[in-house]
Amino acid sequence: MAKTLPKVDVVIVGVGWAGGIIAAELTKQGLNCVGLERGKERKTEDYFMMHDELRYALRYDMMQSLSKETITFRGNERIRALPMRQYGSFLIGEGLGGSGVHWNGQNYRFLPYDFEIRSKTIERYGEKKIPQDMTIQDWGITYDELEPYFDKFEKMAGISGEENPLAGKRSSPYPTPPMKTTPALEKFRKAANKLKLHPYNRPSANLSEPYTNPDGVSRAACQYCAYCERFGCEYGAKADPVVTVIPVAKKTGKFEIRTHSNVRRVLKSGNKATGVMYVDTTTGEEIEQPADIVVLTSYVFNNVRLLLQSGIGRPYDPVTGSGVIGKNYAYQVQKGNATGFFEKEEFNTYAGAGALGMVVDDFNGDNFDHSNLNFIHGGSIAISQTGLRPISNNKVPKGTPTWGKEFKANSIKYANRVLSVGGQGASMPFKHHYLDLDPTYKDEFGDPLIRITYDFEEQDRQLAKFLSDRCVDIMKEMGADKIESMEELGPYDITTYQSTHNTGGIIMGADPSTSAVNNYMQMWDADNIFVVGATAFAHNSGYNPTGTVGAFAYRAAEGILTYRQKGGILA
Amino acid sequence: MADNSKQQEKKESLSRRKFLKSSGIAVGGLAVGGALGSLLPFKDKKTNNPVVKNQQVAENYNLALMYFTREQFKMVEAATERIFPADDNGPGAKELGVAYFIDHQLSGDWGFNSREYMQPPFFKGEKVQGYQGRLRRREIFDIGLRELQNHSLTKYKKNFVELSEEEQDDILTDFAEDKVNLTTLSPSGFFNMLRSSTLEGVYSDPLYSGNRNMDGWKMRNYPGSQMAYTEVIDKEFTVIPPKSLKDHLGH
Ligand SMILES: Cc1cc2nc3c(=O)[nH]c(=O)nc-3n(C[C@H](O)[C@H](O)[C@H](O)COP(=O)(O)OP(=O)(O)OC[C@H]3O[C@@H](n4cnc5c(N)ncnc54)[C@H](O)[C@@H]3O)c2cc1C
Ligand code: SF4
Repeated sequence: MAKTLPKVDVVIVGVGWAGGIIAAELTKQGLNCVGLERGKERKTEDYFMMHDELRYALRYDMMQSLSKETITFRGNERIRALPMRQYGSFLIGEGLGGSGVHWNGQNYRFLPYDFEIRSKTIERYGEKKIPQDMTIQDWGITYDELEPYFDKFEKMAGISGEENPLAGKRSSPYPTPPMKTTPALEKFRKAANKLKLHPYNRPSANLSEPYTNPDGVSRAACQYCAYCERFGCEYGAKADPVVTVIPVAKKTGKFEIRTHSNVRRVLKSGNKATGVMYVDTTTGEEIEQPADIVVLTSYVFNNVRLLLQSGIGRPYDPVTGSGVIGKNYAYQVQKGNATGFFEKEEFNTYAGAGALGMVVDDFNGDNFDHSNLNFIHGGSIAISQTGLRPISNNKVPKGTPTWGKEFKANSIKYANRVLSVGGQGASMPFKHHYLDLDPTYKDEFGDPLIRITYDFEEQDRQLAKFLSDRCVDIMKEMGADKIESMEELGPYDITTYQSTHNTGGIIMGADPSTSAVNNYMQMWDADNIFVVGATAFAHNSGYNPTGTVGAFAYRAAEGILTYRQKGGILA
Repeated sequence: MADNSKQQEKKESLSRRKFLKSSGIAVGGLAVGGALGSLLPFKDKKTNNPVVKNQQVAENYNLALMYFTREQFKMVEAATERIFPADDNGPGAKELGVAYFIDHQLSGDWGFNSREYMQPPFFKGEKVQGYQGRLRRREIFDIGLRELQNHSLTKYKKNFVELSEEEQDDILTDFAEDKVNLTTLSPSGFFNMLRSSTLEGVYSDPLYSGNRNMDGWKMRNYPGSQMAYTEVIDKEFTVIPPKSLKDHLGH
């Protein structure tokens, strides 16, 4: 039935950051790659009418239509999982460049502590510090081993920043200087300094100045237009795959991109993949694409779904804790924050850029003593000036009604008088947090949706409250007249946007019995399948994920090239 | 706030053409930034566009209904005005065209929930699992408005639009606080939809028929759709006269 195409060296499923990087690196070395992307083509010139909050931020024009496919969610196994019918908690990218097109560009490296979290926790606090069902494990790689790949990603993207005194060592400075400092950011910096913290300009994939990267790609500087997150950048100033790695891959003549191509199965024979089966969504035709190597870069949910659906790898069993596909799903603890109302000052908060911000890491990772605290890890704390758009930002002091005369007056009065400081908390994996296939709900082709079983734990509640209190300390020092902050974390809620930082499910490690891929993202159970993305994270850190995803993609590309020559399991 | 002449200066310094000249967009190597490619044709349009004059005097043919009946429209106009009333700050929902905005939105994708997962089976879920109903937004509006009317007739023996402002507030409060007994939908769910679409109509680009004359933006000193803020980003608070997406087409 299905049409079968001629075999290629490598087939890449999903062309976002991970897929784009893999394509660029492999085609530069002469491999023939096909990229299958379920969404449409994109280019910077499409973004002419981009500054449209309704269409892009509220109606999600750049995201995957949930009518075709969504996820199901339940807090725990006793509850029936139900589909996420409308967007809320996170957004799913679709189209050339994936979410890399409409991300903010806040670009971090995970901490050295993250990669050896279990050993370091035990070393400093003893084994008892780890709650019974918390399944943290070391990642099978150290920060120092990963450093060159972080560096590579940052130079490719042109990350603008200044050294963070509390992070891992860097082999070279940021390729471009930090972004501009605004009065609001300056306030944060001063307050943090007074509190003896270590503020630094957030590493940004919004370019602070024109930049030409090592691949010869030149891009313009950010204009602080304030339509960054959920929008494409009309200047090409925000690093995204469409203006960086994809054109490099294309230029080699070895990269064929097929958009409107939805991959449904990884095909296999014995314990090797033979290619993939996809549907051309413009015709409905099923097509087989044979390949020597299959690379899954279809974001967390589809990476896991494709393997489970194709019967590849050992599915995770939450009862016994055995199996690996779907294991250690984690998210982010984003709600510990403080909002300050300023009576005497107004700020240009209508202006900004996705990654414009000032950060402290004094309460992130193991940068502070946890001996008397009921949680491990922590979070970055930052002020962000991403640009407050008017539909979504109508903060009013507590006690103001949510509608009517007083609401209107206060929402207008405070439109430019509100600043907030927020914590981005790390999310630890637990035995009962995982991904599997939903038994009931289907996608547009009749394939099962992926099911999330996840809720916040005591660890998260303690952490969020701790971060929230630190945010209040800073906000006080910043001189706000009125401060409101998160009092209690509450249950995980799929309806309100928190972050698109979903991680885990196909985690990396040094031991095949507890991890799905090695530190080249190569599957232990099928040596010609590489799974690249935040799926590989064994837990989620107190940072945004993409810098680390990018480093992993460069590492995986190197692995694939070695595998191409030598074969076998690499690690 | 900056004085007028200063604002004018700002406006000019932020214009696209100036930006092009001064930004020093790097070209060379493999230039894929797209900024030049996308900005240049724009400039041509501006100088060659013969229809600019005609458009200024044209009728606004958008002020017609695509979905609501006249009665529904009047109710939405009245209800949204209570949510975002006219006051010293400026116009309210009615004058801003919010009811037209909602009408137009209901007639498209949003009204049909066409980009959302609407497959069965439908089960009542936990609050944290989000909307699990089978009704689409246009059906929710039909039922919600009918029930709003019923509740007004029961409580005050009058149509909703004939009630005093205080009475209208009272009826809306009953919905917002789930004090009306409905079997088909959640009263507060309907109210919240009315509230959030009111804010959308007040503050979205005027292209969608709300935020008339950009007055929603002007009230809160929001500059709308500007191309760049490089000149003000590190400065004290600056008021910039708003632009709309229409300005991007060069009229
Ligand atoms: C609004 C928003 C803001 C964000 N801001 C930040 C930030 O500031 N900093 C940060 O670090 N991260 C941020 N992120 C997260 C960041 O975007 C992701 O970490 C990153 O894009 C992941 O890259 P990826 O290549 O793994 O996946 P994606 O970018 O999601 O790409 C996956 C691609 O695969 C395609 N695909 C999926 N399934 C299939 C299939 N079956 N067949 C074919 N194609 C398929 C999709 O269409 C998509 O194009 C943000 C995300 C969002 C949504
Ligand atoms: S804020 Fe900067 S990087 Fe973001 S879209 Fe605007 S110009 Fe591009």
